[in-house]
Amino acid sequence: MSSDAMLLIAALRDPSSTRTLDASGWTALIAMARAEQLIGTLAHRLEPEAAPSKIQAILADARLNADYQRRSALWEADCAARALVDYSGKVVLLKGTAYVAAGLKAGEGRHIGDLDILVVRQDLPQVEALLLDKGGWEWVKEDVYDDAYYRDHMHELPPLIHKERDRMIDVHHTILPLTARPRPDAAAMLADGTRLGNGLYVLSRPDMVIHSAAHLFADGDLAGGLRNLWDIHCLLGEFDGPDFWTQLAERAKHHQLVAPIERAVRLAHLLYGTAIPKDWNRWNAQDKWYITRLTARDGWGCPTRKVIRLIFYIRSHWLRMPPLMLARHLWTKWRKAKGAS
Amino acid sequence: MHEFRVQVGPAAFRIGSRWKQPLEQLTLLYADYPKPDIADFTVRLDAPSPLRRFVRRQVAIDGDYMLPDAVPLPFDQALLAAEMGMNLQMALGWRRHLLLHASAVERDGRALIMTGLSGSGKSTLSAMLGLRGWRFMGDEFVLLDLVSGAAAPFPRLISLKNEAIGAMQATALDGKFGPLMQGTPKGNIRHLVPPADAIARMAEPAQPALLLFPRFGYPGAVREVAPGENFMRMTQASTNYVAMGEAGFTAMTRFIKSVPARAIDYQDGDEAVALVENLWDRLA
Repeated sequence: MSSDAMLLIAALRDPSSTRTLDASGWTALIAMARAEQLIGTLAHRLEPEAAPSKIQAILADARLNADYQRRSALWEADCAARALVDYSGKVVLLKGTAYVAAGLKAGEGRHIGDLDILVVRQDLPQVEALLLDKGGWEWVKEDVYDDAYYRDHMHELPPLIHKERDRMIDVHHTILPLTARPRPDAAAMLADGTRLGNGLYVLSRPDMVIHSAAHLFADGDLAGGLRNLWDIHCLLGEFDGPDFWTQLAERAKHHQLVAPIERAVRLAHLLYGTAIPKDWNRWNAQDKWYITRLTARDGWGCPTRKVIRLIFYIRSHWLRMPPLMLARHLWTKWRKAKGAS
Repeated sequence: MHEFRVQVGPAAFRIGSRWKQPLEQLTLLYADYPKPDIADFTVRLDAPSPLRRFVRRQVAIDGDYMLPDAVPLPFDQALLAAEMGMNLQMALGWRRHLLLHASAVERDGRALIMTGLSGSGKSTLSAMLGLRGWRFMGDEFVLLDLVSGAAAPFPRLISLKNEAIGAMQATALDGKFGPLMQGTPKGNIRHLVPPADAIARMAEPAQPALLLFPRFGYPGAVREVAPGENFMRMTQASTNYVAMGEAGFTAMTRFIKSVPARAIDYQDGDEAVALVENLWDRLA
């Protein structure tokens, strides 16, 4: 049995690599793909006829489920658009919903959970009020500390959940927490957004890649990282062209995100075989640790490599806040957890 | 991880466990079931934290599909955790049929389907009928074929709760029972291996002929269920109706239109069996 997620990466990168799998290899691949929320993507990549009949049925289930997720995601975007019909500013779709709404390869078979949108920061009160009053969304949790924390320090409102549909919406005003060191230019991202047929917007091509890469490598602990990196692989493949790479480099610099973008490009190339220009393909001493973390999953679908996972978890907090603030935050959280138990 | 595989109806499961003992129980109870090679679903039994592997041992229900807030069970309920894990995979992951949270029995190639909330007695009723000339098809899920409308069996272990345990022990004298688990989230639970014909014929579907909504604890009564109410109740009883999209809607409406439905109240098993036989003779 495979000891890490290289099995899944190989299957996504080169579907013909699954030809040599036996029954336990297939079972391991399916468990890994489900755990990494890449089963729908895998189902779109593999040629159904090349798999055993039992696997064909599993992949057909996954495709059907991905269609359902796509349908629900577009429906949620539609519902948000209707709630915000009186709002005159741009509403930009982000992540999975943006990929399916724009008909991009990254959206094929993709798992989509919450609806993520981006609006200009000074309009947050208006957008929030419309979603609550007209859209039927409500606060997920009423916690004074968490609520204030989101509003003061985060790049999004505290999450809202729909009363009837049970689906979440994250309203962003920028792409990284306000406490992170890089300060991306959200205004420029909004200004360059592309309008879709339904009146909603998506980010420009370079900004789409930059958001995905920033989310993966400048925020968070790389949970779900293989899926995010697959998004990046698809976006880079689809946007490829001499102008695009120049724009991506300039834009990354403008958003103070050169290192995370370069890392995303390198790792997409290393793991998924993305075609990238020579001058982006440089050796970096840290990349191997990222690969070790990204592939920390066994054939049971269980997380492995506890220590490196913990290190990346700590790193995610370090990226998100200055040390003193982190200490205060952890202290408050610890006291609350103690109070609750 | 220790490993156990089992085929139940059309679904194949792989169950991994940190401990050997829960899998020994499963091996014994599922002895007559086929062993698949490729699994549709993986279920994992592991401690919720390293400490709980050894001290006041607990089992977290985990697998391909999980609920974020599932509460771990004490170690002596590991068998229940495995069963809940398998049900959860079906409820959240299965897309090859329209899934109904219901029990079913078969006679003459046609299926009687019973649905209702936990405590309605649908599970016990299906087990009792399974000992009285009917083929037991399942006490948890009925799988409706999207094209033919036929019900595929899912005859996993019968999950008996509280009073039903004593009632079935008195009836199924040579039945193979699992350990009695006391104080579970659903009270006392004891599993019963389905009758031999239920297992031997688990690949054999049957066309639905009657739908019942049983309710335990009320004076005997039969009530017609109008199609509108029936539709609403069945969409709630299906775990994948929404995800199945148009195919789910088509299968559901055909089921509602073609299968007569009745709500029945009863106060004991014999009364219920008599009611069921009577309705079956008249309607099915």
